[in-house]
Amino acid sequence: MDRKQPPIIKNAADFKIVLPDCKHFQLDNKIPVYYIPSNQQETLQLQWIFKAGSWYESTTSIALSANKLLKSGTVDLSALEIEEEIEYYGAFLSLRCYHEIASITLHCLEKQLPHLLPLIRTILTGATYPKEEIALFKKNKNQALSVNTKKSEFVANQLIDTYLFGSYHPYGRHSSHEAYDALQRENILAFFQQYYAHNHCRIFAAGKLSKTFEQQLNQYFGDAWNEKKSLLQKKYPIQPALEKKHRKNITNSEGVQGAVRIATPFPNRYHPDVPKLQILNTIFGGYFGSRLMSNIREDKGYTYGIYSSLNLFAKGGSLMIQTEAGTDICENVVEEVFKEMDRLKQERVQESELHLVRNYIMGSMLGALDGCFKAIRYWKNLIISDLDEKHFYHSIDTIKHIQADEIQELAQKYLDEEQFYNLIVT
Amino acid sequence: MIHFNRFRLTNGLKVIVHEDSTTPLAVVNVLYDVGARDERPNQTGFAHLFEHLMFGGSKNIPFYDEPLQRAGGNNNAFTTNDMTDYYIQLPAQNLETAFWLESDRMLSLAFTKKSLEVQRKVVSEEFKEHYINMPYGDAGKILREMTYKKHPYQWLTIGRELSHIEGAQLEDVKNFFHLHYNPSNAILVVGGNVKTEDVKEKAEKWFGSIPAGERYERKLEPEPEQTAARQKETTANVPLDAFYRNYPIYDRLDHRYYVVDLITDLLSGGRSARLYQSLVKDQQLFSQITCYHYGSLDAGMLTIEGKLIKGVKMREAEKAVEEELRKLREEPVEKRELDKVKNRIESLIAFEDSELLSRCNSLAFYELLGDAHMINQESERYEAVTPDDILNVSKEIFKPQHSNTLYYFSKQE
Repeated sequence: MDRKQPPIIKNAADFKIVLPDCKHFQLDNKIPVYYIPSNQQETLQLQWIFKAGSWYESTTSIALSANKLLKSGTVDLSALEIEEEIEYYGAFLSLRCYHEIASITLHCLEKQLPHLLPLIRTILTGATYPKEEIALFKKNKNQALSVNTKKSEFVANQLIDTYLFGSYHPYGRHSSHEAYDALQRENILAFFQQYYAHNHCRIFAAGKLSKTFEQQLNQYFGDAWNEKKSLLQKKYPIQPALEKKHRKNITNSEGVQGAVRIATPFPNRYHPDVPKLQILNTIFGGYFGSRLMSNIREDKGYTYGIYSSLNLFAKGGSLMIQTEAGTDICENVVEEVFKEMDRLKQERVQESELHLVRNYIMGSMLGALDGCFKAIRYWKNLIISDLDEKHFYHSIDTIKHIQADEIQELAQKYLDEEQFYNLIVT
Repeated sequence: MIHFNRFRLTNGLKVIVHEDSTTPLAVVNVLYDVGARDERPNQTGFAHLFEHLMFGGSKNIPFYDEPLQRAGGNNNAFTTNDMTDYYIQLPAQNLETAFWLESDRMLSLAFTKKSLEVQRKVVSEEFKEHYINMPYGDAGKILREMTYKKHPYQWLTIGRELSHIEGAQLEDVKNFFHLHYNPSNAILVVGGNVKTEDVKEKAEKWFGSIPAGERYERKLEPEPEQTAARQKETTANVPLDAFYRNYPIYDRLDHRYYVVDLITDLLSGGRSARLYQSLVKDQQLFSQITCYHYGSLDAGMLTIEGKLIKGVKMREAEKAVEEELRKLREEPVEKRELDKVKNRIESLIAFEDSELLSRCNSLAFYELLGDAHMINQESERYEAVTPDDILNVSKEIFKPQHSNTLYYFSKQE
């Protein structure tokens, strides 16, 4: 047997990847429900999504507070009673707030669902945001923030977003002690009443779903709960920083490592270059074998990891490179990142590298769609972005057919050193 | 119920096959029975550094990642104090690529100077990122050194100090490989859209000819029972005071392991758990507090750690924690509360088992413990725990003379 000879591989790029079917129905009150059933498991995931992200808030951290304090009390139940009930049934209820949306996600065994649905109904329709819970939330958030602002990574993430979007824009502003101190119950409650109305809700489900699943959902969420409200459309101007190069010291030179962030604005998730740019990003810094990792980690050993990512939102976005490296070599890292950008602009990607990246992305896609939980996540991201399966098949098609000169053109268009903010926090 | 087939090659390699035809993927998991506990005190961090070197090319294959990515796969690895685990996920059609890659690096590494030089630096950066540059990043190290005086759990997987990693030589790397990386110290799990017969054939083909090597016999000095409470104070440039408390617990195969696991959940298995309710919400002494253990194979430790609310005195915070432990020692837990933490475990196991990769990791882990069948017996063992067990085990583990306390003070600026 010749161990030097690799086994013949099937090109993942030749696979016919099918987006798993996602079913759909409406509750009596028109809430759309998207779901992917599976009979392979006893578990399920149920998610309520609202257009209640930071985009819609008038004061910083109101959207976050309205979301995180949802289970802090109702007229009849204290925060403890709610938590005990959820945990007694072995369930996990997580609350998340993003730029555009906010979510409530339930993970549980299917057999416990009948106990949990009425409870979630109670929370969603009757959150009272008790004063003492808000006070505790403020105190603990402030404490956590004071620890986080000692971390160079955390500070770097905050700063780079502010450079990209401006400190008033929802994508650029961030939590602060002042914002937490200023939180008022009336504002949180008003936000809840406005944005957690049933007409802003969408439901996503996956896993073991019983025959009566539709009925159950309709029973608890099919009526006109939380009075219908209109969505207040808000507009924010993007006000990027003028200066591109920033160096900050937060540790009084005690730190042994600095956080490096290099980023440029990108229009939004609907831009036609997105599918191709995803591939350029993968080559550049999107996977373990990327240009950045090969050079800066595997060749020079400057860092534990370096990645680039395309962060896409509804009304903005960025292409960002991020890493942590020894304080004495951060400047070298920045230099090497720009060198790698330049190489992508100057030289066409070799066919062999492109072949690898095609297969790698397609293999990852198989993984990203494997099992109903991952599949529903993929669908959810499409649906909340007002996209459909055409977007998926277009992406697949792009991966299969993109050519090296298209990638070079994109690099020349987007990897312009002068358009990148570069920040080192030590 | 998780089904699997099991066989052994003549060179001692244990192989487990977990068939699942609902996925287009295959997972190949190779677990080596070596971790930081097998390191010498003057050469710590080596098992983990070695994990990095396993990606630096093997005897016949100069680059590990490249052909795998070309086959549409991805991989990762982790090292603990007990073991080192490598796993691949790839399209099932390309399963053989994973066999080719994993068998070649089990046969022999390339041992290049360049790889060692680079990975020493990479791991040093990892060390800095997680343990030096991070507020409270040294607490874990201090606690281990307090709790263990004999057993090698006294150092972290990343190593006791940077110089051990920086000083690693190629000769050490070779010795480590020959001692620990051979079929008799490994467990191979293949899962996903695969067939046992096919896996058998491929395992014979790729792994069958690797020399058995010697089974490594571990001779670790057990940690003697602690006879007096230990305390330590430290001060650093952190914004808040923090409290850490460690107690020795049992080894993973001890039947009381399950009791201890439920005790940590009673204390901090969610927002309704005791520490959060009493110390964060009612008394408002801590802004955050948790209790955890690592599920170590040898006698491990249970840790309670919390950040104090500004202005709260360390002594007051400590007393409040101790009061919660007293309740566990003296007052039987109510059935509903015990049911709650059992339900949580039942759910957690079900969610873990709905992931292919997680099932394969678990099968390898339980086989290392002695029998992969344990994967299907865990739920019963938790179910069998009674309020009396909780009371008795709490009395044993939370003895005052077994405590190790670290008072972590914020530097006054």
